[in-house]
Amino acid sequence: MTTWEPVIGLEVHVQLLTRSKIFSGAATRFGSAPNTQACAVDIALPGVLPVMNSEAARMAVKFGLAVAARINQTSIFARKNYFYPDLPKGYQISQYELPIVGGGHLTISTNGNDKRIGITRAHLEEDAGKSLHEDYHGMTGIDLNRAGTPLLEIVSEPDMRSPQEAIAYLKKLHTLVRYLEICDGNMQEGSFRCDANVSIRPLGQTELGTRTELKNINSFRFIERAIQYEIERQIEILEDGGQIIQETRLYDPDRNETRSMRSKEEAHDYRYFPDPDLPPMILHDDFIDSVRNSLPELPDAKKQRFIEQYGLNDEDAVQLTATKELADYFETATSATQGSAKTVANWIAGELSGYLNKENKDITESPVGAGQLATLIDRIHDRTISGKIAKEIFESMWNGEGDTDTIIEKKGLKQITDAGAIEKIIDEVLAKSEKQQEQYKSGQTKVFGYFVGQVMKATKGKANPQQVNEILKRKLDA
Amino acid sequence: MALDHQTVREIAELAHLELDDSEIDQHADELSRILGFIEQMNQVDTTGVEPLAHPHDGRLRLRDDQVTESDQRASFQRIAPATEAGLYLVPRVIE
Repeated sequence: MTTWEPVIGLEVHVQLLTRSKIFSGAATRFGSAPNTQACAVDIALPGVLPVMNSEAARMAVKFGLAVAARINQTSIFARKNYFYPDLPKGYQISQYELPIVGGGHLTISTNGNDKRIGITRAHLEEDAGKSLHEDYHGMTGIDLNRAGTPLLEIVSEPDMRSPQEAIAYLKKLHTLVRYLEICDGNMQEGSFRCDANVSIRPLGQTELGTRTELKNINSFRFIERAIQYEIERQIEILEDGGQIIQETRLYDPDRNETRSMRSKEEAHDYRYFPDPDLPPMILHDDFIDSVRNSLPELPDAKKQRFIEQYGLNDEDAVQLTATKELADYFETATSATQGSAKTVANWIAGELSGYLNKENKDITESPVGAGQLATLIDRIHDRTISGKIAKEIFESMWNGEGDTDTIIEKKGLKQITDAGAIEKIIDEVLAKSEKQQEQYKSGQTKVFGYFVGQVMKATKGKANPQQVNEILKRKLDA
Repeated sequence: MALDHQTVREIAELAHLELDDSEIDQHADELSRILGFIEQMNQVDTTGVEPLAHPHDGRLRLRDDQVTESDQRASFQRIAPATEAGLYLVPRVIE
């Protein structure tokens, strides 16, 4: 039996967060009425000329610096020629021989192992419009609002060996572009699109197998499934003595399979050549230095700092630095509370994430602010409330019933820490549970939980659990 | 180097040009002559010469990221053969 090794490379189209298009002054806002953001340049009226957006160049350089890539201070725009109705010029302005960003890398982590994934290049290009194939009296509708939106196409080396590694790379990239504030990362709206090149080869062989390209898959889950399916499909073909055809395939999430996209596989020849409308883009050192100085703390550095500064474990640190906003929330809460960073991390990973997921919200939409969470943790810390009651208060805060102290006051949730009061309740409980006491004394110490439960029930959860444990133990063991 | 007719047909297809047989003859001949010039240029030793991307010495001018264009859909669509609901309509594209 041959052991097959998958080889995966990814091409990611990242839509850059500029206000205007890459070569025109039309707006890039998503979801506007059709063709209201398509100016004369975007629809390719005769006589128009492209003028490059400096912000798109700045964002590309920002990305390049963040992945330790070479910045090509001279880069060239080229025409990629093909005919399609949503490409009015008959060519897409892209970069071919000299892209703005050369080789770099990202480090991914799967099952606790770090691996470096090479980034071959990243180049600037313009997006095409959208074809709407619903029936307009037998015709196709064209919306050119997206035409000319700046894209950064990030091409990886074929360095990934499993769908899991591919997803780890994509997630890393997704986090990075949002940290850099060069892309909103919205996959549904197409701001972050992925094509995957997949091939297999017998383990140990250095030569690459024939690859297929999976196009435009718009969620992490589907990308993982599409690659997994494609690997299995290729293995089956090769083990049956067949051959892989180099082609573009489309993933169908409903049927969980990939299908060949082009019936006639005429050799696609884009006939690239340097665009005569656009002289070489030359970026000076001071431009690149100013971009370097504007770089934020990057996800890996932040994760490392969280581990060192707050004593978090790797898993917590990864989770808390998944987005810049979440990391900020954690740091704001931690600096405002007497409780430990670990406690804050647990609350974020537990209650907060639970509620956010349930209502499909992100951290910026949380009804419970970092300051409110800090106060809640303070009240556990100063023993005003127990952890269990704190969860009830969290829910109340989530539902907009005010902040921690208001809710404690209003609902009478203050913890009972008066040892005398607790002792009195314990005595009452013990008086009613002779049978359980006998069990306990005969060595069935598990019934201890029963007594705790009764005390908590009698106090509506307000008795300080540590004190309850101590007093109970003392009395039972006496 | 002489281009055969099949290659000329493929190039014409890529450029969406419809050529009849006599035109194919003519283009095969002209394109072959152009390739001949390039063959000649290939004789020149270009070791150490940077590839030329653009005939002028200019560098790309960068503009600020400002929205300067307003919506002119109505006037653009006045000259379009077919529109509906703000869309340009084209003969159906079958994927």
